[in-house]
Amino acid sequence: MATVKDFRTSVKPNWCPGCGDFSVLAALQRAAANLDLDPSQMAIVSGIGCSGRISGYLKAYGFHGVHGRALLAAQGIKMANRDLTVIAAGGDGDGFAIGTNHTIHAMRRNIDITYIVMDNQVYGLTKGQTSPRSTQGFKTKSTPDGSLEREISPLQLALASGVTFLAQGFSGSTKELTKLIEAGIQHKGFSMINVFSPCVTYNKINTYDWFKENIVSLEDDPDYDPSSREMAMQKVMSTNELCTSIIYQEQRPSYTELLPNANHKPIVKQELELGEERFQELVAEFA
Amino acid sequence: MLHQLSWMVGGQQGEGIDPTGSILSKALNRQGYFIYGYRHFSSRIKGGHSNYKVRISTKPRLSNADALDMLVAFDQETIDLNARELKPGGLILGDSKFKPSVDRNDVQLLHIPLTEIAEELGSRIMKNMVAIGATTAILGIDPSIFTDMIKKQFARKGDKIVQANLEAIRKGAESAKEQLNPKTDFTLAPADGKSRLLMMGNDAISLGAMAAGCRVMPAYPITPASDIMESLVKRLPEIGGVVLQTEDEIAAVITAIGASYAGARAMTATSGPGLSLMMEAIGLSGMTETPLVIVDTQRGGPSTGLPTKNEQSDLNTVLYGSHGEIPRIVLAPSTAEECFYDTVHAFNYAEQYQCPVILMTDLALSLALQTVEQLDYSQVKISRGKLLSDEEVAALTDENGYFPRYADSPDGISPRAMPGQKGGIHYVTGVEHNEIGRPLEGTANREKMMKKRMRKLENVQLPNSLITREKDDAEWLIVGFGSTRGPIEEAREQLAADGIPTSHLHIRVLAPFPTQSVKDVLSRYERVLVVENNATGQLAAQLRQYVGDISTIYSQTKFNGDPYYPSEITEHVKELMAHGNSQRLSYVR
Repeated sequence: MATVKDFRTSVKPNWCPGCGDFSVLAALQRAAANLDLDPSQMAIVSGIGCSGRISGYLKAYGFHGVHGRALLAAQGIKMANRDLTVIAAGGDGDGFAIGTNHTIHAMRRNIDITYIVMDNQVYGLTKGQTSPRSTQGFKTKSTPDGSLEREISPLQLALASGVTFLAQGFSGSTKELTKLIEAGIQHKGFSMINVFSPCVTYNKINTYDWFKENIVSLEDDPDYDPSSREMAMQKVMSTNELCTSIIYQEQRPSYTELLPNANHKPIVKQELELGEERFQELVAEFA
Repeated sequence: MLHQLSWMVGGQQGEGIDPTGSILSKALNRQGYFIYGYRHFSSRIKGGHSNYKVRISTKPRLSNADALDMLVAFDQETIDLNARELKPGGLILGDSKFKPSVDRNDVQLLHIPLTEIAEELGSRIMKNMVAIGATTAILGIDPSIFTDMIKKQFARKGDKIVQANLEAIRKGAESAKEQLNPKTDFTLAPADGKSRLLMMGNDAISLGAMAAGCRVMPAYPITPASDIMESLVKRLPEIGGVVLQTEDEIAAVITAIGASYAGARAMTATSGPGLSLMMEAIGLSGMTETPLVIVDTQRGGPSTGLPTKNEQSDLNTVLYGSHGEIPRIVLAPSTAEECFYDTVHAFNYAEQYQCPVILMTDLALSLALQTVEQLDYSQVKISRGKLLSDEEVAALTDENGYFPRYADSPDGISPRAMPGQKGGIHYVTGVEHNEIGRPLEGTANREKMMKKRMRKLENVQLPNSLITREKDDAEWLIVGFGSTRGPIEEAREQLAADGIPTSHLHIRVLAPFPTQSVKDVLSRYERVLVVENNATGQLAAQLRQYVGDISTIYSQTKFNGDPYYPSEITEHVKELMAHGNSQRLSYVR
């Protein structure tokens, strides 16, 4: 039986004291242990920024790539070896600014990976500029008079893009977050978990206290049915995206299940040699 | 009797120009003729003039001819635009309503009722079969060479269609024979009948990727690279691989990096604009030491430039693109056959040296059909470099359970584990890192890791870096890369016939640059002419950079979208001999 210790490293995170990302890491480690995963069968890919460092703090195969592209490397890994548990992680800049395109396409592709967005509504590592999740009017170094743009709505975006598992968590509720991550990993298909993960240094508006006052958990609503996309969309809109829990889940064949190669061994376990006979068949087309 | 003949079919794009050229090419290739087929097309789907040139020869040819012998016109525009390319005494085949070329009274227009015969047999589209029949009759070849092909190609459409097409060919042949002026001889000398292949560079790359064990191919469509993706999507899934059309080129290349990191052999293929988008990821591959194979099929740039025309202007980009400094390998095959073998090498080098490998072709090489000798599968060897077995991985794991992925080593190449291997857990990052992959900015570590990475290729000269054809009495050395090989070879024949012996150096590995070998060759010549399809002489600049102390380097450039005609090189050499060169690049002694 795996324990949380199996997923811990000796590296001290370089996050600021009080950063919401600590809880995301703890919840991920706990979820992996609860699911009895094998660290060597797990790969975590991240982008750039504070959140991007998470791949170095979880004991598993870690890949820290370039800004906004974590989902791409993660999908490549899953295609090469569908036996692996693949986690992609990044910030709201990663997922909803530079990498929005990839986020949308990964969702419609429904490839079986889990995507955790650490949403702090600001750019931290570049020292406090506006993010696509910053609320309109939010004052930062790059928007001294307040952001003129409306914030991105990750949950509506996901629902519109065909996501098959959508959840939202909060760094102030590690227990709930752990459960959401477990459910996301277990989901066969693309799972997105947006996590309100406060930046204690640069975001003085969307603080732990602010979230505690403003978010509602859908678990408190006995009538809520996460299998209805329509209800999910209504709830997300009526709470101004400030709801947590599993918001939507449907079962649809995942990308790797639909591939014509689904009956073959995972790609990395296949023989590479084509063989003379097969080669000659291919060449015959050009004779 | 002719030993080589240059033929062209022209008409509106979408009128069946391609099939006309390729059916003729395939049938003649099967007879043992050497074929070089070049498509001239514009960036639109239907309409607009398009043509297809086929070079038919009894010996290998990798270039368009200086002039045409025969032109099949599907419309008047084809005559108006292309008759100027005909040799004196050349032949035009076309409907009776077409008028002869206004400025060429030295060529003959043979009225073959292409459209009429096709319509009588049921469909205008069959005029390409009529044209093929007429062509072969004039070449003195029995049109029955098409029978098997037609039967196979139209089998699904039923016997009626097969018979109609065969009849179209027969009637075309008949009509040509009736009208051909017996004084004109376009009879082709018989070919050797040997069985060879006919393919484009792109086909050869797809085959090479299959043979090399490529199993993941994410790509985004772009001319002239798309065929590689399209042919792999037909073949990879059945052997367990996957082709993914991604949302953009950045997605393609990083998905390939992810798959490669996970242990699969992965490749993407693109052209200039896509390559530009991939630059950040090429740096990531270099820094994380993740094997990566990228095919760059060059076309006219910059920006969208000339998307359907030939150019060799990405050389600087593939050599220097991406920020910072990384080791990289750049292969530049010059024939379809080399495209095949070099693709296999690219996959091996990517894993052996754990760095990005760019296989660079150009539109003329990517899309021209050419005759290829039988490919030798026994030469395909898969080498995965320092990718370790589970036992080897376990033996290297440290006390904390980490694998030293970036362990320093004399050759700069570290042992590699892939996700899923027990004991192989490590951290990969594009941030500067230490031997176990942890981010580390210290100066000593930076120097050590930079040196480790750069050492991988520092003193490496890859095999088959050069192709040389040297003549003892030659004063001139002509240098090129990629598709200029054919025109250079033919220009040398023309020059030799005029009593000017020349030598030829074709550079097949552009990074790591084979400095010493190139120096050795260049040192033997008084004059060096670098021939390339770009405006600034990028290859000439490479020579100047690496072997600057040798002789005089002249540069010939062409950037109008067309490949070289052999005579252009011949004339340039003669011009240089007579007057010197205003485009001379360096005079370093």
